Amino acid sequence: MSEQKRHKTLDDFRAEIDRCVKCGACQAQCAVYKTLKRESTVARGKVAIAEALLDKDLPLNDRFVLDMSQCLLCGSCYDKCPNLVPTDEIVMAARREIAERKGLSTFGKALTGVIKRPKLMDVLAKSGQRFGAMLFKKVPEHSGLRLRFPVPFIAQDRAIPEIAKKPFRERYPKKIAGDADKPLVAFFTGCMINYTYPEVGEALVKIMRFMGFPLIVPEGQGCCGLPAHAAGDAATVDQLADSNVVAFAREDAVVVTACAPCNAGIGKHYRDMGGDYALLGEKVVDVLKFLVDNGLLEKLATLEPSQETLKVTYHDPCHLRTQGITAQPRALLRALPGVEFVEMEGADRCCGLGGTFSVYHYDTSLKIGARKAEGISASGADVVASACPGCMMQLQDSIEHAGLSQRVCHVLELIADRLPV
Amino acid sequence: MLAPRVIRLLEDIVGKEYITTDATDMLCYSYDATQQTFLPDAVVFPENTDQVSLVMKMANVENIPVFPRGAGSGFTGGSLPIAGGIVLVTSRMDQIIEIDEDNLVATVEPGVVTEQFQQAVEKVGLFYPPDPASLKFSTLGGNAAECAGGPRCVKYGVTKDYILGLEVVTPQGDIIRTGGPTMKGVVGYDLTKLMVGCEGTLGIITKLIIKLLPLPEAKKTMLIMFDSIDGAAQAVSAIIRGKIIPTTLEFMDAATIECLRKATDLDLPKEAQAVLIVEVDGDKDMIDRQAEKILDIVQPLGIVNTRVATTPAESEDIWKVRRSVSASLRNVNPDKFNEDICVPRSRVPDMIRKVNAISDHYQIPIVNFGHAGDGNIHVNIMIDSKQPGQSEKAEEAIKEVFAGALELGGTMSGEHGVGNTKAPYIPMELDPAAVAYMKTIKQALDPKNVLNPGKILLEDAPVEAQAN
Repeated sequence: MSEQKRHKTLDDFRAEIDRCVKCGACQAQCAVYKTLKRESTVARGKVAIAEALLDKDLPLNDRFVLDMSQCLLCGSCYDKCPNLVPTDEIVMAARREIAERKGLSTFGKALTGVIKRPKLMDVLAKSGQRFGAMLFKKVPEHSGLRLRFPVPFIAQDRAIPEIAKKPFRERYPKKIAGDADKPLVAFFTGCMINYTYPEVGEALVKIMRFMGFPLIVPEGQGCCGLPAHAAGDAATVDQLADSNVVAFAREDAVVVTACAPCNAGIGKHYRDMGGDYALLGEKVVDVLKFLVDNGLLEKLATLEPSQETLKVTYHDPCHLRTQGITAQPRALLRALPGVEFVEMEGADRCCGLGGTFSVYHYDTSLKIGARKAEGISASGADVVASACPGCMMQLQDSIEHAGLSQRVCHVLELIADRLPV
Repeated sequence: MLAPRVIRLLEDIVGKEYITTDATDMLCYSYDATQQTFLPDAVVFPENTDQVSLVMKMANVENIPVFPRGAGSGFTGGSLPIAGGIVLVTSRMDQIIEIDEDNLVATVEPGVVTEQFQQAVEKVGLFYPPDPASLKFSTLGGNAAECAGGPRCVKYGVTKDYILGLEVVTPQGDIIRTGGPTMKGVVGYDLTKLMVGCEGTLGIITKLIIKLLPLPEAKKTMLIMFDSIDGAAQAVSAIIRGKIIPTTLEFMDAATIECLRKATDLDLPKEAQAVLIVEVDGDKDMIDRQAEKILDIVQPLGIVNTRVATTPAESEDIWKVRRSVSASLRNVNPDKFNEDICVPRSRVPDMIRKVNAISDHYQIPIVNFGHAGDGNIHVNIMIDSKQPGQSEKAEEAIKEVFAGALELGGTMSGEHGVGNTKAPYIPMELDPAAVAYMKTIKQALDPKNVLNPGKILLEDAPVEAQAN
């Protein structure tokens, strides 16, 4: 299977790098640039730096590593780039280049090491330890960097979810039956729903039952590989992808995700990898899109009206926004009895988590989160809904840091709460 | 390379964290939207006027050129450190100091991003009209230095029409104030107007006092397709003659429409040879009447079809056509020279004919679109610079385009400025006495030629430029 794998090198992006005309439009999009206001943090700067590395005008030094770490991989710059320069992909290729040339320890080796061994995570969960304290204890000091990465993943005051007593995937070993005329749905949970937000998985199960879709949670699935992608760890990406392909090849089914980055991880990235990976990637759909496409809005319209009035706003996870999945979650929220949907300012701005970004740049991440919290506060919402467990964690953290009290949850949870038992 | 002593002085002025000489940073402040690169020796990020003043005083003592920079999004190299030296970035001076709703003026620092300022004043029902295409990322300081324009200038004028006063650090480091928050003021020379559009060669703007208008109640957007470029051009003149000045009057020629057809799925019928996007704003009933009148006026001019937006979403759809242009050009050729000539509005069709003849003669695609309402046409000369001979052809073509605009009583730049890219062409437009007059001003104010040298007035460049 390994012959099919192909991760582009930085050099493969020459043509895309050439396309950048330095117009500067990315300055309007980049949350990191808006916070730090340094040209090296914005897309055109990163593209110039990557090009200089390829041309040997700049060395692969600590500064290069730092610059390539200053990216949320949110894709906002690509979305609005007049010349469609895929800076997020260029940064990921640069990180692979770093990992390869310097050895993994410079780009989050231990982090990807932990994520690729689900068994270890299970042990940690069962021991009842807090997520951060245990799971990320092994994130190393990054030697050789000019600027020290001072903040471990879990800063003392970071809001984090608890590790679930029983991982979600262990709860549904068997097929959940559905209507005979409905296609089989296979749920790719991802790590966060499995270990820290199992209630999101439970909500998905309840909704699929309500809709009559037969559901499986295939055994042997693991991490989507996106964190490894972001860390430049191509070997881990491949290894994870192999197990996922095997896990989802057993039965022919529509593969749904309820975690936006996982959707990109097993969707877009597998399609780019080609071969069997692409076959799996083609079957992947975000659950909210799937539900709207399959008539949930119409079914919600038949529910009893409610006396409750819960003000709910929505945060766009980057990995759905860049695919144009922005209307479906809002439509679902608007259709819910007892929910008043309100738009917030900057709903489409990255929350500032950026996967491992906040590991290394928690200060910047906090500042980006603070702007998000302003929008949440001004919207007057009681609840912030999203469609990404990572965003949920970061939003909760931002809300607590701002001294606010809104609840954060997944759109699926709000839907499930309003369905008949 | 700056002497370590100079670096220490700069550290004392702006603080260690806010000066860099790192090779990566030099690369990142070496470019702008012209895609030229000139490496500086240091980049500083001052926090206030006093720091800017001290940097200029030191630069005079040490004879080091200083290049002010906003967002680095200029199209003529205005912010590029073409002689090495110090790039002075205004990004930390980014506060909106006051929005005065009683007097309809605002005071801002130069690093405020134009769109953020517009959003802030619109929240209180006020309006700052200048809308360069870069408004989402360019700064008010940069907009003033270049006297930026934009589609809405047809009705509302350009940046200089909204700058009432400035705080400026002179090339020798003095801090002066020009104009003020009053609507009238005639004491002394109008230094505000001199500074706006001087491209940072006569002073560094550290504060701006800006005139605001009441926010129009509503707007209405129309997309009108014509079967000929003449029809569209006549429509522009006819609308203006009809005593209506729309907010915007954007046009696209047949080549532009062809690019859009190839690159997008926008609905553009084959018969459409030119498109006008017309927007009117004001009171609700007034704009309905204006829109009707405009449609009446253009009716006999070869209309293929018209679309009138009735909702903000439909208006957005129409503007999407205009915004899709830039990206769609890529399919023609990879490299583009975007020149922003401006001619009297009635001469737009003549200009388009000239450009088409130039395109035929050199066998280079030239795509025209832009602000027909004020005669400001964006002439995009599309080449593949990797093909031998193309760059040279493009240069010849540009010269002829400028000459054509001047013959029609126009100018070679409506809103992008001169910078270093158009500096060689200055003698085509300005007579020697006018150039000498400008030089006298520059030399008197900046005797050591340390502030943004080599811009506008070419001969002043102290060091040979090394473009790549």
